[in-house]
Amino acid sequence: MTQPIIETRGLEMRFALPTHFLSREKPVLHALNGVDVAIQPGETFCVVGESGCGKTTLGRAIMGLLTPSAGEILFRGQRIDTMDEKRRKPIRAEMQMVFQNPYASLNPRRNVFDTLAEPIRHLLPDTPAAEVREQVESVLAATGCDPSWQRRLPHEFSGGQRQRIAIARALVTNPAFVVADEPISALDVSIQAQILNLLTDLQADRGLTYLFITHDLSVVEHFGTRVAVMYLGRVMELAQVETIFAQPKHPYTRLLLEAIPKLDGGSFDKPRTPGELPDPVNPPPGCPFAPRCSLADARCHAERPELRGLENGTQVACHHSA
Amino acid sequence: MAMLEVQDLHVAFPRGKRDEVEALRGVNLQLEKGERLGVVGESGAGKSMLAFAILNLIAAPGRVSQGRVMFHGQDLLKLSDRKIRGIRGNRISMIFQDPMVTLNPVLTIGTQMIETLKAHRRISDRDARKLCIERLKQVAIPSAESRMDAYPHELSGGLRQRVVIAIALLTDPELIIADEPTTALDVTIQAEIMSLILKLCRENDVALILITHDLGVVAEVTERIMIMYAGLCVEEGPTKQIITAPRHPYTSGLLKALPQNAGRGQRLYQIPGSMPPITALPRGCAYHPRCEFADNGCRTRIPPLQGGVACFNPLKGASS
Amino acid sequence: MISFSAFVKRFFSDPVAIGAGVVLLVLVLMAVLAPLIAPQNPYDPLQLDIMDSEMPPSWKPGGDDRFLLGTDAQGRGVLSTIMYGTGISLLIGVGAVIVQAVLGITLGLIAGYKGGWIDSFLMRLADIQLSLSTLMMAIIALALFQAAFDANTYADYAIIMLIMVIGIAEWPKFARTVRSSVLGEKKKEYVDAARVIGLPARRIMWGHILPNTLTPVLVISTIQVAEAIMIEASLSFLGLGMPTDRPSLGSLIRSGFEFIFSGSWWITLYPALVLIALVLSLNLLGDWLRDVLNPKLRRGED
Repeated sequence: MTQPIIETRGLEMRFALPTHFLSREKPVLHALNGVDVAIQPGETFCVVGESGCGKTTLGRAIMGLLTPSAGEILFRGQRIDTMDEKRRKPIRAEMQMVFQNPYASLNPRRNVFDTLAEPIRHLLPDTPAAEVREQVESVLAATGCDPSWQRRLPHEFSGGQRQRIAIARALVTNPAFVVADEPISALDVSIQAQILNLLTDLQADRGLTYLFITHDLSVVEHFGTRVAVMYLGRVMELAQVETIFAQPKHPYTRLLLEAIPKLDGGSFDKPRTPGELPDPVNPPPGCPFAPRCSLADARCHAERPELRGLENGTQVACHHSA
Repeated sequence: MAMLEVQDLHVAFPRGKRDEVEALRGVNLQLEKGERLGVVGESGAGKSMLAFAILNLIAAPGRVSQGRVMFHGQDLLKLSDRKIRGIRGNRISMIFQDPMVTLNPVLTIGTQMIETLKAHRRISDRDARKLCIERLKQVAIPSAESRMDAYPHELSGGLRQRVVIAIALLTDPELIIADEPTTALDVTIQAEIMSLILKLCRENDVALILITHDLGVVAEVTERIMIMYAGLCVEEGPTKQIITAPRHPYTSGLLKALPQNAGRGQRLYQIPGSMPPITALPRGCAYHPRCEFADNGCRTRIPPLQGGVACFNPLKGASS
Repeated sequence: MISFSAFVKRFFSDPVAIGAGVVLLVLVLMAVLAPLIAPQNPYDPLQLDIMDSEMPPSWKPGGDDRFLLGTDAQGRGVLSTIMYGTGISLLIGVGAVIVQAVLGITLGLIAGYKGGWIDSFLMRLADIQLSLSTLMMAIIALALFQAAFDANTYADYAIIMLIMVIGIAEWPKFARTVRSSVLGEKKKEYVDAARVIGLPARRIMWGHILPNTLTPVLVISTIQVAEAIMIEASLSFLGLGMPTDRPSLGSLIRSGFEFIFSGSWWITLYPALVLIALVLSLNLLGDWLRDVLNPKLRRGED
């Protein structure tokens, strides 16, 4: 097995919730509870789940936007979460991020050129000015942006154009690994396809590895190599994309798949009982999904299932899957 | 006569001192009792504008510049404020994307529901409370009695939207207009809410106008679809027919662009460019700059909606 | 965001903005060009003649053509003193706002971006500062200063003292405005994007966040200039501001106030009118700026 490009080991993230300063209780939100993933070079590793499942926290922790409460993050075998800024700088050029909202992810007062030149100037300070310009122009061309956009401000562009610029910014230092956090969910349907195609093309041209965070399983099916289904800060199922759609093993994965609206209809015909995420401040002792699960028995409520391998290569955290 | 009939509806916004731009450029729509219609379009297509215009809720400086909205033969746009309030929230209910548009954060669920009910019905407090609890149970809210005394912020997003649906149902409306009711919710909650809306509409014979950008949701819930582009309806027809055999190139492009309609790892079909803003519409068909079938006629004249499609070069569609 | 040309267009389509702008422009020009256009230099004792004192405006009986708006008790032409006095008032107003802005923006930026105990500490400090009225602080500081130094030294440093006192006393307004904008901005993803490439906090604060908080800063700056001019005028009126031989508008009003009952109303009235015009035009422009720059008041489409 090749060395993973990104690996997390026992990653935990806890946030102290704001309280009254005299309050005795110190409630803590468990956003990630021991997440182990290993992303192989060249793959598109998707993380799916509903809001509050920790998928965005995972991406932000890997990018160093959040400091883990416990666990390790490794980039090509080197631990990066405790690395000092000087040693981390060259690694930052290798890891970049595309955000969800193209209306917020570009600084409204900076023109496109300055936005794109900043990562090069900061991370590769020895680059001569002429080369900075060259790199900016080539990455603009690669992401389908017009070179004339360079002197213009973000508000002059549509959402899809802005997302192209944001992707160009992520690629301008020639990274090997890109975290894409819901990069198409703020865009219109006809634009989503354009951006997905662009991401596919860029991956083929540059050999990129993606960590693709999304709530939309139909995008995963089209786009992903492997997928991790998360629920309440834990990985519930981790499998090849083909396998998970053909043989979903975790009841939560099945629930997600059934919930996708289908063009042939039929998904919404039977009424569903309301299911809500359990309180992440006081998670239930057993399986986090047990309160919503039709298969749940006494064991599920008492003992938390660990992620285990199945015959078809899927890893699943459920007592009942086989 | 149809229950709701929108005729040649135009909505205009001022631009500069004298000029105006049209956000709706002449939309027609018919809805029978108990019929479920999906209005699909991208942001800026005018689909929300249509909902607001039907209810005569266009906020200044915008205005309905032309057209009629006939509800049981009565033009809603000509009614007095008092009369339209008797219809809005009573015979026609609304569900918005953000439940907090409907819910007042400082009042309990019960207070708000009873107030809504008493605004339109002569009913005692006790009966009102009973009816409200019944409606909350109908939308599958667990422990409905105690939720009556809860404040909106004490409920999760999914439950809040259920409460909004319960309020929408309180007055036994004939029509519900739902504007992106599940866009802010998770997929499993979306499935719960949409199946609930579907069930309630079917059981009570309530008509539905579902405004959304999601073709999947529309395909699941509605019987008829209207596709909007740049302030006009470009295609209209039975849901099955439009999903399986679209005739307008835009509809066809939208469907082909969906990941579920492409093979794994294949490139998606992509419509080039993006929808023009209403302030910069091209001459002729608004879609022609993005259309692969556009010819000279498309560049000069706006195609009328004929046989369910507004296109000079429509696709074959179904074999009929 | 609004482009510069749209901004200019909005300005010229609003009669109130044009009116306020013209008044302000005239007053500023008058103050700046005073040494060239004033009929007299009221700071030069050689140009003053005690025989000219308390002359009424030139169109009144007993008026003199040399003194259009009359003269004060020392024989200085009211018009000339107003011209120079407006300059001093504006200088103190603008200077104080620069001090306020530098202090307030820096502290507000740090409080908003760093958060935690630094934020709590700075904001409590701001609360304390705001609970002490500016006028009270200034009175104490200036009274001490006046007592500690002789009159000549005081006269030499009065402008700087007033700028510092008003500037330091009013920093929390800027700090609070900037902090609340920073809290909104720092959640936006462009800040995350800057953090992803490892930019140090200092560069994110000054290079990315600050330029996006300048709109409200511009609005309060305008209104704060008016406020600072008013505070200075009040202090001078109380005898704690500018000395009478280098008068600001406030000290002019004060010096004339003693004569208002002896019939020499012009010594007080004209500086007072100019002060009102100056403060009003600044406030009107500030309100107009807020309306134009605040995107929440402008309606979006669909």
